[in-house]
Amino acid sequence: MAAVSLENITKTYDNGKVLAVDNVSFEVKEGELFGLIGPDGAGKTSIFRILTTVLLADKGQATVAGFEVVKDYRSIRSRVGYMPGKFSLYQDLTIKENLEFFATVFGTTIEENYELIKDIYDQIKPFNDRRAGKLSGGMKQKLALCCALIHKPEVLLLDEPTTGVDVVSRKEFWEMLKRLKKQGITILVSTPYMDEANLCERIALIQKGKIMSVDTPGNIINSFPTTLYAAKSADIYQLLNDLRANPEIESCYAFGEFLHVTLKDNQNGGADFLKNIAVSKGHSEILIKTITPGIEDSFIRLMNERPEEVRPGN
Amino acid sequence: MKQLFVFIRKEFFHVFRDRRTLLIMFGLPVVQILLFGFALTNEVKNAHIVISDNSGDVQTLQIINKIRASSYFTVEESVLNYKAIEKAFRRGEVKCALIFPAHFSEDLKHGGKTQVQIIADGSDPNTAKTIINYLTAIITDYQQQSSSSGLAYRIIPETRMLYNEEGNGSLNFIPGVMALILMIVCTALTSVSVVKEKELGTMEILLVSPFKPVLVLIAKAVPYLVLSFANFTLIVLLSVFVLDVEIKGSVILLFVESTLFIITCLSLGLLISNATSSQQTALLLSLMGMMLPTMIFTGFMFPLENMPWIFRMISNIVPAHWYFLIIKAVMLKGLGFEYIWKETLILIGMTIALLGIALKNFKIRL
Repeated sequence: MAAVSLENITKTYDNGKVLAVDNVSFEVKEGELFGLIGPDGAGKTSIFRILTTVLLADKGQATVAGFEVVKDYRSIRSRVGYMPGKFSLYQDLTIKENLEFFATVFGTTIEENYELIKDIYDQIKPFNDRRAGKLSGGMKQKLALCCALIHKPEVLLLDEPTTGVDVVSRKEFWEMLKRLKKQGITILVSTPYMDEANLCERIALIQKGKIMSVDTPGNIINSFPTTLYAAKSADIYQLLNDLRANPEIESCYAFGEFLHVTLKDNQNGGADFLKNIAVSKGHSEILIKTITPGIEDSFIRLMNERPEEVRPGN
Repeated sequence: MKQLFVFIRKEFFHVFRDRRTLLIMFGLPVVQILLFGFALTNEVKNAHIVISDNSGDVQTLQIINKIRASSYFTVEESVLNYKAIEKAFRRGEVKCALIFPAHFSEDLKHGGKTQVQIIADGSDPNTAKTIINYLTAIITDYQQQSSSSGLAYRIIPETRMLYNEEGNGSLNFIPGVMALILMIVCTALTSVSVVKEKELGTMEILLVSPFKPVLVLIAKAVPYLVLSFANFTLIVLLSVFVLDVEIKGSVILLFVESTLFIITCLSLGLLISNATSSQQTALLLSLMGMMLPTMIFTGFMFPLENMPWIFRMISNIVPAHWYFLIIKAVMLKGLGFEYIWKETLILIGMTIALLGIALKNFKIRL
């Protein structure tokens, strides 16, 4: 049975003028760590709110932990752990008070499910009497996760838990999610960071309210249909313009210190072909290599395959 | 039950850790009571007074001329009888009457002393007091001038404040200020406290929990009920011990009726919080939407009797109006429950209606 399932969910705002979620369907299996990957404004938060029953969809059906989101909203509310994208604990209460409060609201105590939160709670315990508003970003996230876990939820819904958190804390956070997964909790997590996609078992790529692809990160990368080249030279901006001007080039966008390039005709010797263009345009310090695509490359490619919504890769 | 208790405790944490709210809650009543009690005195200019000169001799004419010469009074001279004077008071045409007895001058010459009567409209105590002081000063001044010319005699002003013999200005506004403060504190702070949860996003988490939405409202209301009760006690203590207002009726009745009114205000606050989504809107709505009608339509600042009928109709739907009537009856007139059951019933009706709408409108989703 699917822990979470969405079927043709559509959600609009402002009387249908703004389409936030467009006919979305996907399933999260029980015990899975599932990632919803997409940029800001893709509709991730709307999906989370529909699943946590605080928002009604215009069309479609969804279930969480086997319950229907509209009819059985009460059952869902006591079974999920929810961490909204914005830090939403009481800033003027201390760590301990927040945790105790949420434990009581869910009809449990800190002691009862201590094992579940122990790993995370131990890290913030030294600051037990500090008010939540005075914590650092990473500590806030840990506290919020503790509060979401305190009642041993069947499904954990985390909306952008790592946004605004430093790299080390982000890494720690994902470690924690993996440990929670081992305890059998289904986790649906959203993130705008493509590099975090690899840490999920399966991911859904979402853009402008539409799901572009649902698969394991590995399969999504493997299904990249063509060879990807990385190119760079002394004047990278000029190189970008020169490559884009060539009719043989399918796509070319800046990616870190390199340009990522694909060719229309996927023949061998593409690297030499690119090098020739660069040399003929008078570039120096040219470096061209074949690389394995990442999730972000897949994302950009999928995005560009939908012509009506094309934004040229920057 | 334990959930509710913990929730209420959390609300108390919020209140006690927010110094500004506390300051508003307990600072506002103190400032308002003291302001209304001491600072706001109206200076009197061109007050209409009638002088009834039953003697018509040199001395009385001299005194009347002296009064005319001052800029404080507009004198209407007439030989009115007492009844006519009272009628003029009732209509609010005059603020004060000065009455010289017959044989004023003769009494002075032969007996060495005489009296004048000063009657002021005590329903406006501040003005009345000021006028009496001015008049007494003018008469005393005249007396001293005469004494220095060799004749030793005394004019004794007999003053009387109609409607409010003690001339206690606090009487008039204490019930009004009570209504105003409870209205502001209860309504504004309650509405803000619920909306705050929405604004900070904590409402989202609370909704995604087994906690019943109705309990959220109850848990929010209880701390403010307790604090408002403390607040009310503070106002009563201030009135009794600082402003010397005597509570003539039953203290218990006073507190019971006030608790009822506090609950009315809390319901109104919860209703506002359901309808708004930002603290600013909630605060504006409860301050502008509640404070102004309370000040205008309660009747403690502007007499309702003088208003057009439409305003008088509006005043009937302002809860503070009814509370004001109750408090005036219990506190100042010492009346029992049998005189205020109608007002009490209306307040109860309003409370049930407001609370019902608030509970019904509570959003179980965002």
